[in-house]
Amino acid sequence: MRASPVVMVGIAELRVATTGYRIRTTGLGSCIGLTLYDPVSFIGGMVHIMLPASDISRDETLNKAKYADTGIVELIHAMVKIGAKSQRMEAKMAGGAQMFELGKGSSERLRIGTRNIEECKNMLSKLSIGLKAEDTEGAYGRTIELDVATGRLFIKTVLHGTKVI
Amino acid sequence: MNEPYVFDEMQIDVLREIGNIGAGHAATALSVLLGMRIDMEVARANLVGFNEIALQIGGSEAVIVSVFLQVMGDAPGNMFFMLSLDSARQLLDQLNLPGRENATARSQNADDVAAPPTFTDMEASAISEIGNILAGSYLSSLAEFTQLNLEPSPPSFTLDMAGAILAHALIQIGNMGDQALLIETAFFDGVNRLQGHFFFIPEPESLPIIFKSLGISSK
Repeated sequence: MRASPVVMVGIAELRVATTGYRIRTTGLGSCIGLTLYDPVSFIGGMVHIMLPASDISRDETLNKAKYADTGIVELIHAMVKIGAKSQRMEAKMAGGAQMFELGKGSSERLRIGTRNIEECKNMLSKLSIGLKAEDTEGAYGRTIELDVATGRLFIKTVLHGTKVI
Repeated sequence: MNEPYVFDEMQIDVLREIGNIGAGHAATALSVLLGMRIDMEVARANLVGFNEIALQIGGSEAVIVSVFLQVMGDAPGNMFFMLSLDSARQLLDQLNLPGRENATARSQNADDVAAPPTFTDMEASAISEIGNILAGSYLSSLAEFTQLNLEPSPPSFTLDMAGAILAHALIQIGNMGDQALLIETAFFDGVNRLQGHFFFIPEPESLPIIFKSLGISSK
């Protein structure tokens, strides 16, 4: 049924692919799996975002795919490089869960899932890319797979069923 | 990489010893609780890439049962007690909880992939309590060894994908690099394939504190 080869995306990584491939990332908790799709060139991409903003980075070398602000821009560049047009791109995203209750008095800053979602939306609107669908929040993990032939995003969970957006 | 994440051999030995001492006490507690022999693997202390962290328990997408506790006090960190679904059921069988007559009937349904794996509230809180006891004995032996004040938060039971659960600890160190210091120990009973994993992920800032408490310079 799913004969198309699968391209795997790890934490804080991004990958692009053309029609015939599926792009997959597993075990999203508070991280975001954000996909961009150009329905004319049939080029798709996915980034596994871990944190909202790169200005908190203390890495010696910045891993752009790790942060919402730099990761989405980087994904666009990677797709444009193989023939996609940013004006045609549509976005989908999943994840941004809060896996554990925070203790009383914990700062809102610790709600990384919510902040990841907000920052992704903020970046998309800055970049004038429409968010076509999302499956975010909650308190559970997700595995997602983008079918690059159709732009459909398959979402799988353990206790909350599966869906396609 | 950043300062707290450069270790010499001596420091790695100390971290491994922390795992051995903590998990040794926890294994004893589990053995007493279950009334059976529990063996323990020698602890591992490694810098592990974010994408490798879940490999020991079947990969990022593996469905597992986890008890998560935040370590609070002088050297904060995160602690997870993780079991496969199979091991969690065996653990519950071993506990002889009242009202688990249906357990066998349910596990015979295990081939039914459409049925999501579930645990009753009583089962979940029993597993949480085991995690709590184990983490408590792990931390109290560690506290004694280091003379640091270390306390566990209340336990949180989760049934989900391993990657989604472990990422919670990685988020807090994600801005420092792509690796986490993982002190890992596996328990097993040697008979029924019951196996549990203990993951202790100290926050980077805690490492110099732990080293200092043991009289080891952290450069």
